[in-house]
Amino acid sequence: MAETVGERTPARVREGLRAYGLIAAMWIRSTMAYRTSFALTTFTNFAVTGLDFVAILLMFSSVDALGGFSLPEIAFLYGLSSLAFGLADLLIGSMERLGRRVRDGTLDTLLVRPAPVLAQVAADRFALRRLGRVTQGALVLGYALTALDIDWTPLKLLLMPVMVVSGGAIFCSVFVAGAAFQFVAQDASEVQNAFTYGGATLLQYPPVVFAQDLVRGVTFVLPLAFVNWLPASYVLGRPYPLDLPTWVAFASPLVAGVCCALAGVAWRTGLRSYRSTGS
Amino acid sequence: MGSGRLYAAVAAGGFRRYATYRAAMLAGIFTNTVFGLILVYTYLALWDERPHLGGYDQAQAITYVWIGQALFKTLGISGGGFEDELMERIRTGDVAVDLYRPADLQLWWMAADGGRALFELFARGVPPFVIGALLFPLALPGDVMAWLAFLLAVALAWVVGFALRYLVALSAFWLVDGTGVVQMSWFVGWFCSGMMLPLNVFPGVFGDIVRMLPWSSVLQAPADVLLGEADPLGTYAFQAAWAVALLAAGRLLQSMATRRVVVQGG
Repeated sequence: MAETVGERTPARVREGLRAYGLIAAMWIRSTMAYRTSFALTTFTNFAVTGLDFVAILLMFSSVDALGGFSLPEIAFLYGLSSLAFGLADLLIGSMERLGRRVRDGTLDTLLVRPAPVLAQVAADRFALRRLGRVTQGALVLGYALTALDIDWTPLKLLLMPVMVVSGGAIFCSVFVAGAAFQFVAQDASEVQNAFTYGGATLLQYPPVVFAQDLVRGVTFVLPLAFVNWLPASYVLGRPYPLDLPTWVAFASPLVAGVCCALAGVAWRTGLRSYRSTGS
Repeated sequence: MGSGRLYAAVAAGGFRRYATYRAAMLAGIFTNTVFGLILVYTYLALWDERPHLGGYDQAQAITYVWIGQALFKTLGISGGGFEDELMERIRTGDVAVDLYRPADLQLWWMAADGGRALFELFARGVPPFVIGALLFPLALPGDVMAWLAFLLAVALAWVVGFALRYLVALSAFWLVDGTGVVQMSWFVGWFCSGMMLPLNVFPGVFGDIVRMLPWSSVLQAPADVLLGEADPLGTYAFQAAWAVALLAAGRLLQSMATRRVVVQGG
C-alpha cells in the first residue's frame, strides 16, 4: 500500500503536493497541445456555468426581491458560492471519477506508484478549463461589489479572502468525502452531486428562502452555511439564519479545518477498505 | 415482422441493463429529490413575491418542479442515455461493426434508449415525484384521461429528446474531442427545456423564441398538459413536428457520416 501510517506528516504533505503539482502540470501540458480546443472548452465552461445566473436574472425581470434580498445581494451570495465551488472543482473535481476507477480496476495502477493516492486521484485529468467557472463566479462577485453599497471595515475586507479560501476548502472536503464514499458504494457516485452541485446551488439563494430544518442541516451537519451564508450575512449586515451569534461569521476557517480533517479520516478508511476487482 | 421483434429485444435489453444497477438508481432518486427540494423553496419565494407568475399558481409551480425532477434523467435532458456509448463506439471505430449489422443504426439506439427511458421513468422518475407529493401540496388532475394525455406527451417528449441526443452523438464523427460541444449542448438543453425556470416565466421576445425551440417540447409541453395549461392536441402537433424534423436531420447526418468518414482501423 502506498498509504503507510506513522510517517512524519509534514514530509508526507510536501510529497503529496509535489506529486499533485507534477501530475497537474502534465495534464496542463497535454491540454495545451490543442490550444484552440482548450480556449473553446474554457469559454464553454465559462458560458454554461453562467446559465444559472441568467435564470436568476430572468427571475428578477419579474420581481424586485427574493426572500427580501435584492439582485446585487443575491449576486453576492452567488459569486461567493460559485467562486468557492469553482476553486474546489478546479483543484480536485476529478475525484468524482473515482468510482469508475474502482469499477474498472485502474485504481490499482495508482496504488503501486510511489506517490500518495489522494494526490494522484485529485490531480487525475486535471482540467484547466474549469477556470471558466472560477472566472464567471469572480465576475458576478465583482458586479455585486460594485452594485452594493457595503459599509466596509477592515474586518469585512479581511473576511472576503478568508471566506473564499475556507469555502473552497469546505467544498474540497466534500469532494474527498464523496470519493471516500465511492469505495463503499461504487455505483452510487451520483449521491455526491447532491452535496457538491446541489450545495453550490443552494448557497446561491438567501437562507431565509429555505425551510429552517434544511438550514439547520447545512449549518450543523454538513456545514455548507460557513461557505458564504454566515460570513456574507456579516458583510451585508443582514440578520443571521437561525439567530446564531455574530462570531460564527468568523468560524469558517476553523470549520473548514475540521471538515478537511474528517474528510482525511474518511478517505483513509475508504482506501483501507478497498478491494481490487482483480481484473 | 422480424425486425419489430429485433428492436423489441434491443429495448428489453436496454431496460434490463439499467435495472441491474440498484445502487445507482437509489443514488439518483436521492439526488433528484435534493435538487427538487432546493428548487421548490426558491420557487416558493418567487411565487410569494409574484403570485400567478407565468400563469401558474404556487401549487402548479411546485408540481412543475417535481415533473422536472421526474423527467430529467428519464428523458436525458442533460444527457446520460445511450449517447456516451455511441460516441465512444464512433471514436474507437466499433461503430463499423454496428453498421454491418442487419439493423438500422438510428432505430437500434432508439430502441435501446426507449428501454432505458421506460425503466428510469418508473424507477427514477416516480419516487422523487411521490416524495414531492407527500411533502408539498401539488396541483394534480383527478381524472385518468389527463394522466394518459400526460403520458402520451411524455412519450413524444422522449422522441424529441432522443432525436436531439442522436444529433449530438453523431458529432463525434467529425470532432476528435467533442467534450466542449457535448457539454454545451447539455447545458443548453437543461436551460432551454426549463429545468431551472419554467419557460412561460421567460420574459418578452426571448421567451417567445425559447418556447418555439425543440427543447420546450421536452419538459414544458408535458408539464403544461398535466397542469391543464395547454391543449393536448396542439401540444402533440408541436412535439410531433419537432420529432419528425429532428429524426430526419439525424438520418441525413447519419448518411453523410457513413459515406464520408473513414473509420479508423487497428
